[in-house]
Amino acid sequence: MLSEIPLSYFLVVSTLMFFIGIYGFLTRKNLITILMAVELILNSVNINFVAFNRYLFPNQLEGHFFSLFIIAVAAAEAAVAIAIIISVYRRYSNIDVERVDTMKY
Amino acid sequence: MSIHELMFYVFSGMILLFSVLTVTSRRILRAAVYLLFVLVSTAGIYFMLNYQFLAAVQLTLYAGGIVVLIIFSILLTSHISQKFEPIGIKKMVFSALAVAAGAVLTIMTVVGYGFDSTVITSENPDMETIGLSLLSYGKNGYVLPFEVISILLLAAMVASIVIAKKEKSQ
Repeated sequence: MLSEIPLSYFLVVSTLMFFIGIYGFLTRKNLITILMAVELILNSVNINFVAFNRYLFPNQLEGHFFSLFIIAVAAAEAAVAIAIIISVYRRYSNIDVERVDTMKY
Repeated sequence: MSIHELMFYVFSGMILLFSVLTVTSRRILRAAVYLLFVLVSTAGIYFMLNYQFLAAVQLTLYAGGIVVLIIFSILLTSHISQKFEPIGIKKMVFSALAVAAGAVLTIMTVVGYGFDSTVITSENPDMETIGLSLLSYGKNGYVLPFEVISILLLAAMVASIVIAKKEKSQ
């Protein structure tokens, strides 16, 4: 049964995934890989919501719906971010965050 | 070891392994494929927790939609055979130290809290319940966030078309 696995196991997995995403966010230089790290972070938060919903409030569906809305927001965010990345690429011919700094005076 | 525990360890091991590969791989297309594996294993965890609708949404929207979008933009903006330069050792060490400190602190808090982890029911919410609560405005109704999300998606669609459109030559 599911009750053989404590809730904290899920939380530990999602915590590790969250901080791996933070590591990618800090060390990557390409805009698309930074976007992938952000997707990892959002996904780990979703695991947290779903596990809390299943273990602590099994008769309600709040965490379930919150994850659904987070997935929709992540889709919108990815679409806008990729549009911005393509626009940046068209202007500077690369998407390295350290070389796209013309807005700085 | 029961089948549930085995599934949990397999899925979480895959999630952690492929997350590390996603943020450390030096070929960008491989990083995107590793991200796909992470998202599919997360869908497996949702199936294990018996939220089948959410797992299906995760597979179609995340693994099917977002990863394909990311791969398209990779193909538009970089060369496939290109490898990233290795990151500096100083940056890597300091990022890893900060991340490890945060992770240890959070895990200690989570494990020390002692959640009451007794699952009363583990039944799958059926589609009728999900659909009715998405469109009801009473208690446990989610019609307002549903409508707000639809407006957000429309705005994001219009915005991404406007931003990515070619500028007119002056």
